Amino acid sequence: MSVTLSRAEPSIAEVGDYVALMKPRVMSLVVFTAFVGLVIAPGHLHPVIGLTALLCIAVGAGAAGALNMWYDADIDARMARTAARPIPAGRVAPGEALAFGLTLAGFSVVVLGLLVNLIAAALLAFTIAFYVLVYTMWLKRTTPQNIVIGGAAGALPPIIGWAATTGSVAIEPVVLFLIIFFWTPPHFWALSLYRAEDYARAGVPMLPVVAGEAETRRQILLYTLLLAPLGVAPWLLGYAGPLYGIVAVTTGAAIIALALRVRAERRGYAASKQMFAFSILYLFLLFAMLLVDRLSGGLFGHFAV
Amino acid sequence: MTAMSEAMKKPETGIKLTKRQLRARRARSIAIAVSLGVLVVLFYIVTLVKGPGVLVRPL
Repeated sequence: MSVTLSRAEPSIAEVGDYVALMKPRVMSLVVFTAFVGLVIAPGHLHPVIGLTALLCIAVGAGAAGALNMWYDADIDARMARTAARPIPAGRVAPGEALAFGLTLAGFSVVVLGLLVNLIAAALLAFTIAFYVLVYTMWLKRTTPQNIVIGGAAGALPPIIGWAATTGSVAIEPVVLFLIIFFWTPPHFWALSLYRAEDYARAGVPMLPVVAGEAETRRQILLYTLLLAPLGVAPWLLGYAGPLYGIVAVTTGAAIIALALRVRAERRGYAASKQMFAFSILYLFLLFAMLLVDRLSGGLFGHFAV
Repeated sequence: MTAMSEAMKKPETGIKLTKRQLRARRARSIAIAVSLGVLVVLFYIVTLVKGPGVLVRPL
């Protein structure tokens, strides 16, 4: 009874708590990769429509984040990294987060469909549904392959951006999808190596918890060996210039070298922490170079009214 | 008439918000208003940009 009464108490949630529910750091990466997909796509897109598409993708990503935090509040409460999130900290009620997430999801998809195009809206709806239903509700608690398959949701934004401009899907954004898809496991497994106790306490079957450190380090190397050539693919396929190629080859070699160090690491997690930090820089550099490549070809020509 | 005046004299029995709750509610209300305002402006601008073809949405 007391629980019921406390749940009925008026909310103390601040605006900042709702912003935190949207996982702004994840959102910024989603918006950035979607922006790159949108800019490198052939054809013309009015800047207002382009900004509308990015706004909808950002809000859609925020909706997925809020719904994830709603469902995973029990896990978040048991992990040091996430215990201060709005729901486990008691600042936002689970029902508030659920309503917030569903409202944002609905608005983002409908507005994207009405103001941009239906393919982009359908892809955004699929991305949110995949992240919430497949990753959060199903895979995360049941298999160490959770972030491998679930990573597809985080890899889709460049395709949505491309679809916003062209109204279709092509091989170029699919390569960008594959880059993020194969980037996700080494990125998160590097983190999970030195957070394994946290994940074990929360009952999340991350690879180091289920298969051990040695196997995780081996898998990080295998996925990185697949990732580095994929990073070079946009240059090899001819839709990125030599500057991109140079950056992709050098950073690709650097991330393989780091993965080898992670594989060889026997004590401590220095290499794993470096791998985690560098993987963020690696992905950012690849997409930033694609952007530079396109901008040097004339942004204003692309955004013709 | 007497019953009405008696009812008016009764103290309020509903939930009284604390200062923190009032402040948080006000901030949330402003954020919702701003969001709706942005949505209205967005639809207005896109209508101007797209012109008569505003409802034409290529697949």
